Amino acid sequence: MPDVIDMLAGIGAGSALDSIRATRPQARENAQRSFELLFEPSEPGGFPLAERYAVAAYTVGLQASSSPALAFYTELLEDEGDAALAAAVAQLAEEHRRPGPYGSYKESGLMGESEPGPTVEIPADEAVGQHLAAALEYAHLLSLHPRDAAPEHLRRLESAGWSADDIVTLGQLVSFLSFQIRVVDGLLALNQEVTSERAGDPTQPQDAAGSE
Amino acid sequence: MSVVTEYTEDNRPEAFTQQGLGWKPWLQPLAEDELTEQQRASLLDDFRVKSPYFRLLVRNPEALLARTLVDKDIFYNVTSGLPRADREIAASAASRVNGCVYCASVHTGRATKESGREEDVQKLLDEGVDADLGEPWSAISQASAALTRTPSEFGSEQIQQLKDAGLDDADIMDVIYGAAFFNWANRLMLSLGEPEVPSRARK
Repeated sequence: MPDVIDMLAGIGAGSALDSIRATRPQARENAQRSFELLFEPSEPGGFPLAERYAVAAYTVGLQASSSPALAFYTELLEDEGDAALAAAVAQLAEEHRRPGPYGSYKESGLMGESEPGPTVEIPADEAVGQHLAAALEYAHLLSLHPRDAAPEHLRRLESAGWSADDIVTLGQLVSFLSFQIRVVDGLLALNQEVTSERAGDPTQPQDAAGSE
Repeated sequence: MSVVTEYTEDNRPEAFTQQGLGWKPWLQPLAEDELTEQQRASLLDDFRVKSPYFRLLVRNPEALLARTLVDKDIFYNVTSGLPRADREIAASAASRVNGCVYCASVHTGRATKESGREEDVQKLLDEGVDADLGEPWSAISQASAALTRTPSEFGSEQIQQLKDAGLDDADIMDVIYGAAFFNWANRLMLSLGEPEVPSRARK
């Protein structure tokens, strides 16, 4: 698998941003390694691949619906799962999308800053089983209103059959995506600035490999 | 038996603080004396072996190790790019927006330690990410907040502000990385446990 962040942010080999990313080689390698561990695990355990891609497509659909990451994860889901699941997840993300982060503070001095908002309940159906429905609810919480999190949300996962190990992996997966889509988003914006500056400066050669 | 713990006693801090806080897990960490070689190796440093948070994340040792290596390079690789304190400001602003009181305490504390500017750092906690922190901190704080929000508000305006504050493209990547990484870290800390005022500091 080529470097997912470079691919999604349109960073070509030898471009200005390629050189800048190369100054943090360990971050680059291990962001990619994180992707591979979470989305191409040697042993998926109690968290099957189709569910991982479904959670990813839903998470990106909630947090970054205009990101190229959405098509990327939706495609992974379509290749692994069935079309009905991909359609169901896309529809849920569309329905549940809203600005974030919101949520209520539990610290007494911060309650004035609370922005209460919805916690979603996703009923299991033919396309989305009970195990996945609980994971999607958790992904919504982490994506849009993480400060609302409470032990009851972990109990909900537990009662849907999630082990402690798999809950940690689920949390890592949603949280890693929250990182990945922001790096992509930020580097896309930066890449655009770098490219347009060079295009507007006749003393600089145009960097053809800089974007796709 | 449930692996989820709920605490009857609430020892959360009252508000955002630079004072050192504790963190209590809701999901059971692995016991220190039962760690396998691989788990222990994935924790990398002794302070992570002692930490309930990292002993919880080590339930997926490889994912934890990759996460930690990303973290170290973004915040501690000082061969080039943004000064350490400025990276901690990006981390703190993301934590302030997401509402991670624990993460904010650790990283504002580090920003103060690296810069000696305790009062400016406290403004970020008390007044929020739009507080006047002086430059380049105000630009960094606002850019980090913009990238943290959903949908993202980060774009050419924030990049221009960062440039006006003296940052080059490589520095800006450090801001993006610092903010993005805390969107990873905040979600784990907020969803797997709660902050507490350590018993030695309670009245």
